[in-house]
Amino acid sequence: MSNTVKSAALMGAVAAALTLSAPMAQAQEKEKCFGVALAGQNDCAAGPGTTCAGTSKVDYQGNAWSLVDAGTCMEIDLPAMADGSARMGALEALDRDLPQS
Amino acid sequence: MTQRAFHQALLDARRPVPPALTDGAGRPAGRRYAVYRNNVAVSLTEALASGFPACAALLGEANFARVAGRFLRQHPPATPVILHYGAQFPAFLDGLDGLARLPFLADVARLELALRRAYHAADAPPVAPEALAALSAPALSAARLRLAPAVQLVRAPWPIAEIRAYALGQTARKPQGGAQEVIVLRPGYDPAAHVLPARGHVFVSALQAGMALASASLQGGPGFDPTDTLALLLAHGAITRIDTGEPA
Amino acid sequence: MPPSPARHTALPAAPGVGYKPQHYAQILDTPGPVRWLEIHAENYMGDGGRPLAQLRALAERFPISVHGVGLSIGGEAPLDAAHLARLEHLLGWLAPARFSEHLAWSTHDGAFLNDLLPLPYTDATLTRVVDHIDRVQEVLGRQMLLENPSSYLAFAESTWDEPAFLQEIARRSGCGLLLDVNNVFVSAVNLGFTPQSYIDAFPLDLVEELHIGGHDTDEDDHGAPLLIDSHGRAVADPVWALLDHTLARSGPKPVLIEWDTDVPDWPVLAEEARRAEEALARPRLAA
Repeated sequence: MSNTVKSAALMGAVAAALTLSAPMAQAQEKEKCFGVALAGQNDCAAGPGTTCAGTSKVDYQGNAWSLVDAGTCMEIDLPAMADGSARMGALEALDRDLPQS
Repeated sequence: MTQRAFHQALLDARRPVPPALTDGAGRPAGRRYAVYRNNVAVSLTEALASGFPACAALLGEANFARVAGRFLRQHPPATPVILHYGAQFPAFLDGLDGLARLPFLADVARLELALRRAYHAADAPPVAPEALAALSAPALSAARLRLAPAVQLVRAPWPIAEIRAYALGQTARKPQGGAQEVIVLRPGYDPAAHVLPARGHVFVSALQAGMALASASLQGGPGFDPTDTLALLLAHGAITRIDTGEPA
Repeated sequence: MPPSPARHTALPAAPGVGYKPQHYAQILDTPGPVRWLEIHAENYMGDGGRPLAQLRALAERFPISVHGVGLSIGGEAPLDAAHLARLEHLLGWLAPARFSEHLAWSTHDGAFLNDLLPLPYTDATLTRVVDHIDRVQEVLGRQMLLENPSSYLAFAESTWDEPAFLQEIARRSGCGLLLDVNNVFVSAVNLGFTPQSYIDAFPLDLVEELHIGGHDTDEDDHGAPLLIDSHGRAVADPVWALLDHTLARSGPKPVLIEWDTDVPDWPVLAEEARRAEEALARPRLAA
């Protein structure tokens, strides 16, 4: 493929991308609000913050270095995905052709 | 007493309460010292839960507290900027046994971390999309696109965007499918995860590395079409500068 | 970073609240009696995004007090230069009315423990804290305020009482003081002293800001009440009374409502601010 052809293909791709992006950007512009988080999102996106308060909650990690109990982890509560095997079946791991970088 | 002694017993409940701490009437401090133990462990556990809400939902409260309790003891925050706390959490989950039923957990954590980094990333106004279209063919090929600091890439052998949305109750649709390349984009102030078109990940990585548009596109391999990925970047304000190598 | 907007250079002797992002829109629309805001410094040390944008907008409307929780002023190790530089950057562009920190330590051996840990009140601690405050004030180029902690236990080795200790720190370093009235009440119950006597012994002329907040109630090993400074509920009645006692002696000061966990809807917090406004307006008894 010559450079000229490649350039023309890129021009085409950019033009097509612009056409595709306009409605996406418009939809999102409607929702954009300076101060307040988008509907359906919230400021949890900020992640943890600091505190200067104490807590009356108790940390039950009696033994700091105990291993996580595998048995406990088997009882993981996945809402509406009660059947562990079905859950695993639904999440099919594909070793897809990840391109070399 | 030294702060070393106070510190050591804080995160290890097997150690006795340090001596010479009293209740104000001269009696041993006893469980008064536990207030500080709880403050440290609970506040850091809550910090991790707010930074990794999907992981917390997938594990359930009790399990998450156990995992977090172990993490915070191995990796206490290195700085007081707690909004960045938990950068080692995904790798920690990779190395944790007992999580075989949630093999995707560490990758979901990577996505959550990427979303948080995007949220706090530096602001960068996007270029007008038309600026790209205005370039001549040779200029376009040679152009280097500067992407916003908020742009993050995560790829995993699991449908992590769907798993996260499902775990957070944002969708009732059970996650399906396989490997996913996800890009986090932040138009304005709200980051969101988008699934990239096939091989879009290498293309974006190449752009981030400063490669010219034509070369970055070639990285996608034979037949790679950058259209959809470019549309995603343009629509979400991810391109912040077009460097044509000429003086602006 | 855009140029700083015109700055409020002082906190008014009026109610303020600890700023929570979920209240952003309502603070701007219906601030009620709230005249100033306090933020935790460390939550605004990201590179950009909504937190900094909101803070810039709020700072155009309200005087801001920056409250640090991570400097570990009482730490045995030298101050964290990187963290001090972050503070310098934040205070540089924000130019807040006040900066305060705690008489506590939180970092040891490279680990930040995310809690305000207690100090023995000894001459050695005094010297160290004064050295650290000197350094902070030198780097930041401004006076800082130092806050009295909530105490859950005492150190057998302490030789100073807390008001005298804080007064001496302020005298030597030139720092001002932040008096947390809820912390006084919590410590008084936990360690068995009279909160009014503490206030009466406190150098109120050095106090530039007051804090009040809610606490939880627990018990120690002997069944004695153990109060925990949780900032997770309304201010308790005896703390309001102690605020009255304080204001009657100090005169009007900026009063902050701290509510950091189980944060309520804005009207509930604004109502706490309204109570603080009442306390500030209460006629003073002649001394």
